[in-house]
Amino acid sequence: MSFPWAEEYKPKHPFMRWLDDRLPLPRMVYNATGKGYPVPRNLNHFWNFGVLAGLALVLQIVTGIVLAMHYNSNADTAFASVEHIMRDVNGGWFLRYLHANGASFFFVVVYVHIFRGLYYGSYKAPREMVWMLGLVIFLLMMATAFMGYVLPWGQMSFWASKVITGLFGAIPVVGEPIQNWLLGGFAPDQATLTRFFSLHYLLPFVIAGVVILHIWALHIHGSGNPTGVDVKSPQDTVPFHPYYTAKDGFGVFLALLLLAVLVFFLPNYLGHPDNYIPANPLSTPAHIVPEWYFWPFYAILRAFTFDFILPAKLWGVLAMFGSILLLFFLPWLDKSPVRSGSYRPKFRMFFWILILDVLVLGWCGGMPAEEPYVMISQLATIYYFAHFLIILPVLSWVEKTLPLPNSISESVLHGEAAEAAPLGAAPAKA
Amino acid sequence: MPRVYQAPASGPILRVRGLLYSGFGHTKDIMAAVDKSEQAEPAAEGGIRRRDFLNIGAAAAGGVGAVAFLFPLINQMNPSADVLALAQIDVDVGPIQAGQAIKTMWRKQPIFIRNLTPAEQAAANAVDTGSLRDPQTLDERTKEGHRNWLITLGVCTHLGCVPLGAAEGEPKGEFGGYFCPCHGSHYDTAARIRKGPAPRNLEVPEYEFISDTSVRIG
Repeated sequence: MSFPWAEEYKPKHPFMRWLDDRLPLPRMVYNATGKGYPVPRNLNHFWNFGVLAGLALVLQIVTGIVLAMHYNSNADTAFASVEHIMRDVNGGWFLRYLHANGASFFFVVVYVHIFRGLYYGSYKAPREMVWMLGLVIFLLMMATAFMGYVLPWGQMSFWASKVITGLFGAIPVVGEPIQNWLLGGFAPDQATLTRFFSLHYLLPFVIAGVVILHIWALHIHGSGNPTGVDVKSPQDTVPFHPYYTAKDGFGVFLALLLLAVLVFFLPNYLGHPDNYIPANPLSTPAHIVPEWYFWPFYAILRAFTFDFILPAKLWGVLAMFGSILLLFFLPWLDKSPVRSGSYRPKFRMFFWILILDVLVLGWCGGMPAEEPYVMISQLATIYYFAHFLIILPVLSWVEKTLPLPNSISESVLHGEAAEAAPLGAAPAKA
Repeated sequence: MPRVYQAPASGPILRVRGLLYSGFGHTKDIMAAVDKSEQAEPAAEGGIRRRDFLNIGAAAAGGVGAVAFLFPLINQMNPSADVLALAQIDVDVGPIQAGQAIKTMWRKQPIFIRNLTPAEQAAANAVDTGSLRDPQTLDERTKEGHRNWLITLGVCTHLGCVPLGAAEGEPKGEFGGYFCPCHGSHYDTAARIRKGPAPRNLEVPEYEFISDTSVRIG
């Protein structure tokens, strides 16, 4: 679906007409990213991040396929094969650093994308499916990133695979058999490595499939916008091409520039030096932390230190998974009819507190499991859940929102009535 | 009436092949221009608009970037440093008696090193090179002062099988050199193709004698 004023695809060249009659692929592209897709004219640069996430996925798949040509998923030779990539393969260091930092890049843009959605109420009707499919992508990304991190079979790889599969060991009764089933043994070994490699190769394509659903669902009602006001007339939109191809292109340029800085000047900044030590099942590194993008969740996991009806270990695991699963219910927890945080002064305040809270969780997740970090994690975890389960439902009930603009074009033109009025019509009387 | 961008008397001027443009117009003007899209901007003298220049510039920069990124993606499939490091071997040929041959490996491919007897050399030299499919003399295929050492790749030039004839007891073909059992190519005592489908003689790799009994191949 698109707006009725969307330009229709009219191929001029006889071959394009012939093709359109048989395989209307150019028509689909035209209607998705071309002149045939009207988009709210007021999108700001936070709307770049969906495209950036798509770019990151493509980058990861392309570099990953290439790395798989040289990687060896054998517990005895995996570590050496990664060093072989770094030292012997032509440009191998570049491809591996691009892939490793590309994962961080992917999570950076996806986190901005998610918080964009949280601020502007992108999860609200009629875009709940877009939101939930996005969360599915996020979960798949986490699984993929985790398994990818295991592949170099260094110390952090090995102990990450042990600790993360240990999470499933927290499940009562069936926990341990599940952990052994995941590992294919009693500790990470050859069977673990081979299956992780297989799934690490598979899941990105599953992600790509869900991305198609995500975009499909998005295109039913079209992008939201910073005002949260629905599109009402052709004046509220501009065609995707050239306006947003250009704007996205600019965002892509800046993002790739930052990625290049990371890859060429700080390639190991986000990594952990212990992973350059081959896996050793007899020695755990002194300070074991996951990659930065898991830190907030890791902090929630470790925040539970006491048994309360259920064992502490199980609480930690439930809370960690719960912190993401909770977001699936967000469209029904936040019932405020106003989408955009720009018109919700109290929501906006709590939104920034949530950002701060997640950053604090992330900081604690990267620190050792000692005081005061445990105490801070506990408080931050309580706030995280309170934000979604108490503050948002109450806010949507009691908050007095600011008046919304009548239309997107009115908000863009800052009340210049003559410009905002439909073409040829007399300006509305204020 | 179309709006024409005109450079004010003061202010920076960007000159691009006859195009004059300066700064941004008033915000309101730009918003009005957006609705009329590209038609609002007229072609300046020379028929090139500012936007044409930007489009070409952006596409060119993007294209160069894409090609630069493509290069390592393709180049990674070339032989890696550890493979290239094995591309040179030293072989001690001292123990090889006249009439004997050995097989060794170079770049993961078989190499035949053969100590020709005077009779085999004479047989190779007796052939009229004009009658050969791939005309070469024995002298062209061996080194000065080491005419008895025939060093070739053990890879049939037809489809890459390993010909027989180097090891003791293997058939040497109708011309006393090598015989490829895959499709029946016969090579003579200078490892030249004489009969069968192979297009060229067995390849002579780059090599040099670093002493009387030691050969460096590659």
